[in-house]
Amino acid sequence: MDSKQETITVIRPITRWEVLNIRQIFAFKDLLKAFGLRDIKLRYRQTALGVAWVLLQPIIAAGVMSFVFNRVAGLKAPGNLPYFLFCFAGMLGWNVFNSTLTKAAGSLILNTALVSKVYFPKALVPLSSMFASLVDLAVATGFFLLLLPFYGVGLTWQILLTPVWVFFLLLASLGIGLYSSALMVSYRDVQYILPVVTNLLYFATPIAFSLEAVPSSLRWFVSINPLTGLLEGMRWSLLGTGTLEVGSTIYSMIAAVLVFVAGSLLFGRSERRFADVI
Amino acid sequence: MSSSDIAVQARGVSKSYRIQHETKATTLGESISNKLKNPLARQTSETFWALKEVDFDIRKGEVVGIIGRNGAGKSTLLKVLSRITAPTTGEIVIRGRVGSLLEVGTGFHPELTGRENIFLNGAILGMTQREVQRQFDQIVEFSGVEQFLDTPVKRFSSGMYVRLAFAVAAHLEPEVMIVDEVLAVGDSEFQKKCLGKMQDVAKSGRTILFVSHNMQTISQLCTHCFLLQSGSMTFSGPTDEAIARYIETQKQSVVDVDPDLRPGSGEYRITEVNVERTVVQSGDPIRARYTVEHRRGHTPFLHTNFHLCDEVNTIVLHGDSRIKQFGVKPRDKQEIELEFSGVNLKPGTYRLDLMVHYNGYVDVLEGAANIDVSPVLPERLATSDFGYQFGQVIAEMNWREIDPPGSA
Repeated sequence: MDSKQETITVIRPITRWEVLNIRQIFAFKDLLKAFGLRDIKLRYRQTALGVAWVLLQPIIAAGVMSFVFNRVAGLKAPGNLPYFLFCFAGMLGWNVFNSTLTKAAGSLILNTALVSKVYFPKALVPLSSMFASLVDLAVATGFFLLLLPFYGVGLTWQILLTPVWVFFLLLASLGIGLYSSALMVSYRDVQYILPVVTNLLYFATPIAFSLEAVPSSLRWFVSINPLTGLLEGMRWSLLGTGTLEVGSTIYSMIAAVLVFVAGSLLFGRSERRFADVI
Repeated sequence: MSSSDIAVQARGVSKSYRIQHETKATTLGESISNKLKNPLARQTSETFWALKEVDFDIRKGEVVGIIGRNGAGKSTLLKVLSRITAPTTGEIVIRGRVGSLLEVGTGFHPELTGRENIFLNGAILGMTQREVQRQFDQIVEFSGVEQFLDTPVKRFSSGMYVRLAFAVAAHLEPEVMIVDEVLAVGDSEFQKKCLGKMQDVAKSGRTILFVSHNMQTISQLCTHCFLLQSGSMTFSGPTDEAIARYIETQKQSVVDVDPDLRPGSGEYRITEVNVERTVVQSGDPIRARYTVEHRRGHTPFLHTNFHLCDEVNTIVLHGDSRIKQFGVKPRDKQEIELEFSGVNLKPGTYRLDLMVHYNGYVDVLEGAANIDVSPVLPERLATSDFGYQFGQVIAEMNWREIDPPGSA
């Protein structure tokens, strides 16, 4: 932008080979920040409990899940960990994925005016939904770290690898989020289908239970889900227990990257039609 | 002229929209069930060409006005040029950074403060944070809302809101600027300020493309004009000439319908209609001049009336010259001026029908002119449906609570 060289814009009809304009996304990187800041600021304005919601939501979810799986179903957490802590660590990973996906998917139709009245790389709208999730994650992780000594669980070096899992979880959720948001521009059904799908996914992923608790005859089914490797990894980092399965980890990471690339490509293909359809 | 002098070059630019009839699917289910019901039937659709083979060159530093009647393709052209929508055919090359302003305040968030919205809106319009920072003081000064910078804009009056929104947009500094009819906002004093700002921008050597219905603004700002008529560019040249042709097209609309094929007994026909302003604000008086010409036979006298109809053909206003004891003298050619005022129309497009009658209709001219009533403050009210959802007219409204008798 600062270069003296003249920018030349060429506008052509839509072809079959539309791709995401990555250079434009970089040119508008300040807008990505602005959208992220807007979401974070707006999130808890005019709520009585404010930031407390960031904590209440995973606490309640982890509490309910540990009651159901631990007390009712009698499952044990690996390494004799307190079940609540075990669930809470799982919720941290799941929430990053789920909240980013949900917000990204609905973002374009929530910003109809922006899509039809202003030019900017539209991918920034769904992409920016990750910031609020990251802030939530940071607050909830802080709380989690405070809980550890209370339960007598120590920190390990592995916690330093947490950002790696978060990164791949974000790739996967943004990939699906980009595609869903583009699809929602034409078909609002997606907003009803998506919660059903994420709900199923929630129970097909070892969040409130460990992979070891799954009968070995069904374990392959849970392991196909790329989230499994990432969430197991996330918990390995946060709780410092268990071993990391290299094979399933690499599988999950490659799958997350592929989902992101596929989502971006599909988004790029339809991006230039949005204003005419929305 | 070398190619580097040209800021915008368009070749064969067309844009079509597909208008689907009835069976348009908006959900996956509908789309699937339509397919199942009529697997072979292709959806009946019509292709509408909003732009047809438009070619032009705009030199650097030129201020070009785009004029034409409603639906002529002006806004579509701006949308294509600003890359919001893609052309169906053709190619456009733009040299220099492009900034477009099709609506004031898009992306403003009511919950954010004035200050926060300046940064957000600047980023949406393509400015970097540093550019907004550098111009921040000027933006605030231009808007005149210093005291309210840290108040959420939902507490702003609509006037303040529009001023702040325009102020951000006015400080965009692209080499090529694309501006839709956005000056028609705010009070007249602020409009003057905006026009002044636009003139400064024009003088600073930037290329501007500008759409307006206000011919006065066009002639003040533009050196060159494009005239669009139903998607085609029918004229490109000096502003004065373009405006003259535009006014001619306004009159021609009457001649489009062969007077002798119109309903009515036909002794006299309305031959020329000229509406002073086809874009007005709610509450503005509307003035139309029309000519009644003798064709055949004779009537002892004539009366005239008019209908103002909304988009769904409801007669919003009816007026008959008899209530003012006004009769049209049956001459060879008689020019009449109609003025009506004191009606607060809801924003939208209205059709003016003019009639001449004597013991039944002599001439019925449907669609003598289209009148656009633009909202006084478009952004705030237009975005909230409840403002204009029902009813035919708008009014100054107030509510208050009446305390029950005996309460403190």
